[in-house]
Amino acid sequence: MSQPYTIVIGLETHVQLATASKLFCHCSTKFGAEPNTQTCPVCIGLPGSLPVMNRDALRLSLRTALALNCEIPEFTKWDRKQYYYPDLPKGYQISQFDLPMSHDGWVAIEDPQERFAPKKVGIIRAHLEEDAGKSIHDEVAGRGDSVIDLNRTGTPLLEIVSAPDMRSAAEVRAYLDELKLLLAYLGVSDCNMQEGSLRVDANVNLHIDVHGETIATPIVEIKNLNSFRAVERAIEYEAERQFREWQETHQRMGDAPKQTRGWDDAAGRTKAQRSKEESSDYRYFPDPDLVPVIFSREEVEQARQNLGELPQQLRERLQNELGLSHYDAGVLVNQGRAVLDFFLVAAHESGDAKAAANWMTQDIQRHLNQTGQSLSDLPLTPTALAELIKKLAAGELPSPRARDVFTSMIEYRESVDAAMQRLGIEAVDESELESLCRELLAANPQVVADLQAGKMKAIGALIGQARKRNPNADPNRIRELCASIVAAGPIG
Amino acid sequence: MSLTQQSAVEQSRLLASGEVSSRELTQAYLDNIASRDSEVGAFLRVDPDAALTQADAADAKRKEGETSPLLGLPVAVKDILCERDQLTTCASRMLAEFRPPYDSTVVAKLRAAGAVLLGRTNMDEFAMGGSTEHSAMQLTRNPWDTTRSPGGSSGGAAAAVAADMAPLSIGTDTGGSIRQPAGLCGVVGLKPTYGRVSRFGLIAFASSLDQVGPLARIVPDAALLFQAIAGHDVHDSTSLNESLPNDLLDSLSQPLKGLRLGYVEEHLGEGVDAEVRSAVETAMTQYESLGATMVKLELPHSKYAVATYYVIAPCEASSNLARYDGVHYGHRSSVAEVEQELASERAAGATAIDSTLVRMYRNSRTEAFGAEVKRRIMLGTYALSAGYYDAYYLKALKVRRLIRQDYDKAFEQVDLLVGPVTAAPAMKLGSLDDDPLAMYLVDLFTVGANLAGIPALSLPCGFTESGLPIGLQLQGPPLAEPSLLRAGTMYQNATDWHTRRALGKTTP
Amino acid sequence: MSLTRADVEKVALLSRLRLTDAELDAATAELQSIVGYVDQLAEVDTDGVQPMAHAVELHNVLKDDFVAASLPREAALRNAPSHNDEGYLVPAVLGE
Ligand SMILES: [Mg+2]
Ligand SMILES: [Zn+2]
Repeated sequence: MSQPYTIVIGLETHVQLATASKLFCHCSTKFGAEPNTQTCPVCIGLPGSLPVMNRDALRLSLRTALALNCEIPEFTKWDRKQYYYPDLPKGYQISQFDLPMSHDGWVAIEDPQERFAPKKVGIIRAHLEEDAGKSIHDEVAGRGDSVIDLNRTGTPLLEIVSAPDMRSAAEVRAYLDELKLLLAYLGVSDCNMQEGSLRVDANVNLHIDVHGETIATPIVEIKNLNSFRAVERAIEYEAERQFREWQETHQRMGDAPKQTRGWDDAAGRTKAQRSKEESSDYRYFPDPDLVPVIFSREEVEQARQNLGELPQQLRERLQNELGLSHYDAGVLVNQGRAVLDFFLVAAHESGDAKAAANWMTQDIQRHLNQTGQSLSDLPLTPTALAELIKKLAAGELPSPRARDVFTSMIEYRESVDAAMQRLGIEAVDESELESLCRELLAANPQVVADLQAGKMKAIGALIGQARKRNPNADPNRIRELCASIVAAGPIG
Repeated sequence: MSLTQQSAVEQSRLLASGEVSSRELTQAYLDNIASRDSEVGAFLRVDPDAALTQADAADAKRKEGETSPLLGLPVAVKDILCERDQLTTCASRMLAEFRPPYDSTVVAKLRAAGAVLLGRTNMDEFAMGGSTEHSAMQLTRNPWDTTRSPGGSSGGAAAAVAADMAPLSIGTDTGGSIRQPAGLCGVVGLKPTYGRVSRFGLIAFASSLDQVGPLARIVPDAALLFQAIAGHDVHDSTSLNESLPNDLLDSLSQPLKGLRLGYVEEHLGEGVDAEVRSAVETAMTQYESLGATMVKLELPHSKYAVATYYVIAPCEASSNLARYDGVHYGHRSSVAEVEQELASERAAGATAIDSTLVRMYRNSRTEAFGAEVKRRIMLGTYALSAGYYDAYYLKALKVRRLIRQDYDKAFEQVDLLVGPVTAAPAMKLGSLDDDPLAMYLVDLFTVGANLAGIPALSLPCGFTESGLPIGLQLQGPPLAEPSLLRAGTMYQNATDWHTRRALGKTTP
Repeated sequence: MSLTRADVEKVALLSRLRLTDAELDAATAELQSIVGYVDQLAEVDTDGVQPMAHAVELHNVLKDDFVAASLPREAALRNAPSHNDEGYLVPAVLGE
């Protein structure tokens, strides 16, 4: 390691759960509605209103917690986290304090480029809470007012708190990618960072080696991280900044209070944020308007059974059962359910997983990259791909024409057979090919002489001519035939 | 006997038989309000036209064959229950202009039952207080002695019934706020089992203690109103999925056989006014003569009830009232003034001053909350703040369970508990102004039922020499309202305290 | 426990209230007397006693996940002290 310190990173991730209605009322959670058109007495926190918990939000939380390998306690309750902010209409957020609905799990991460060794990142807890509204600073009003939109207020959030187990921006990126993938496979969130359905705060400090002694610097929480890339950049920036600060101040953890800094993506740096004066005193206490939840062991096991295959298991199955390479398995699974399902059907129907994987990771991927389409736009069914693979295996489709057929299948939205017909492709009859070779050799004595002299390259000259006469002719087969004909003796 | 001196049950019969129309009945009460409320001050708002419109609607429904027992009966509502598009102020400057866009479940049930919403009654601001003197709106006087307080926080609700300005009224009870004013005004008040009546639309004071209940002149009237507002509500997570017996009203007349009544000696000991003590003891012998047996027992932790209550209630209140910040509804202090204020403070070289937003919050709340509300908010904020949570809030929650366990043990030996509602009769207005602690101690006998979540009934059991009503409290195990109401009816059938009249002191 | 003027000042800020110097002195005395009274809870033996946060101890009360009509925006904003017909207006929250 080049720098004389280790970066220590823990993440707090807030994930919006994909429910139709809010956590405590029946207002829609749909994104992008006109301001304050999706509120009611409950989510505005009007006097007299009361919360009732959304069954599906709880179900999705449990599902996610189990996928994060968390322990699920028998008893969990909701508490009020109290602070004043205009986008928090009740003056408290309904969250979970001392008895969260899950704790002590982990996420396994690895790096295809092997910048770090595979590892498990600990999950301290995952708890279910309500989202706040939005404050928009309103320039137009001119009076420096902020406008409050409460549409988002009360949307269910799962807060996932990782242990400070990450040691580099690369590890953090891998954790976030794996987490996002997991949530996508579980179908619990759309994880759209632009729409704020996945939000990340990072806690960063350094462990500095000073002649044998390891010194921890004060922890800094980085907010306003609007993309995974921003998270990586902010951490790299913050590590250097904190090291410089250490060299100036020599402040250790405890010497200074935990600081909050905001990431400025344009400027590429973090800025200290003014911390709320008494933010330290949230006065948590159990919400008397909500009752606790008791998870029976049966329902927890039931939920565990219903998790379905998760990315890590799928990667292993693709390697162990379908014989894919570690790399291909990773590429296919990491592209998400849609790609994976497409592959599994093609692999099954063609009976050739490796070939299916190659088509997926090469030609199909290239096509999608070029056209900017997603798999769902692709006018090709996994069954059609399987047909293509089978034709190749059966030798009915000469491999040099395979790509043309693939292109034609997509362009004309047609079957393999239709594409082959359009391109006038049929398998070349062996005897026909042999007589063609004999003709060409007869017509090219110099080539024959070269071959007899052992200059096998000479055949190259014939291949071009042969394919002019029959575009379906397989170059390798021509090479073999010509060689054997010449070896057999004088050409008649 | 004049129409407004009849019981609600009798009025309901007269409406059903067509001998009286809801318009006549409603008009009679509007007349009483017009002639008496300037003296009593029970109502914050009465809209005669709106009331008569509802009365006519009820009469029309009656003609169409509808027969709900409450159809056409006037009901007064404490100004703490949300009524769609109507002012609902909690007797606070904070909500002086607040018009909820929705109906509380209780108001919705009253509408559905065809009741006539007569008007909104006065209360201590946000139900914090025991004298109704903490209303930011007006003073309410005790109809039996207008120099005295009606009690509180449902003082307007109790005074309205005592002065025949409403046959029935809705109150709320967090630490005694129905039973105590009922006792001090000589009427009947029921604090139901926690969860019996939906809290949806009830502006919260202390969520784990608040319950809505009826006030009336006789027990069957209270039962009539109780039955109309009780029931499970999907909008309230703490609502009980238990229903009342359909024959509740008919069953009331049947006396309870072999009734076992428990009493706690200390609750009739020192600190309890002599006249109150003898009235309660007389009531106890009355019950014995009706076949009940008296069992002396202990509630070892009841002496901690007030302390427990004055931790839990303020803690919950400090949180429930945090929403009043002048942003989404309620009073907002002038931002221009806030900015001037801050500018001059900066000019004076003040450091670490509030942001405009924080100062706006602070001024809005400081201007719009009364002294008692601020006191309880600060008390609760303190008890929940870092370093004190375990010593106060958590400790109080544990003592609360011990108090509940005392009751559970008691109800293994007896059916109901009997005792005074308050240690003394109605107090002179202003007598507790400068001593909050003394005011809190008035709740000594009533807070236990709220902490334990059990039902309790308050009914008149006598008068002092000076003519002030004295209240008897019956407490029962969870869901025991039917036997509480039967025991209460049993007593009233054998006594005539409930027939005494406050204003004009007319007797039947 | 004894309550200082400084405690009350902190509590007033946490409560988003303001007290004049005179009020601060009065409040300190009042709160002190109440706190002094509730301090008697310390003498109760509560070892092994479970806290009782609810008067009636229910659990797993849940609603189904369906969308119902929200308030019309005018109705939602009607009680707001200051709004622009789209949202609630407050002094700038930047830097808060
Ligand atoms: Mg959170
Ligand atoms: Zn809502």
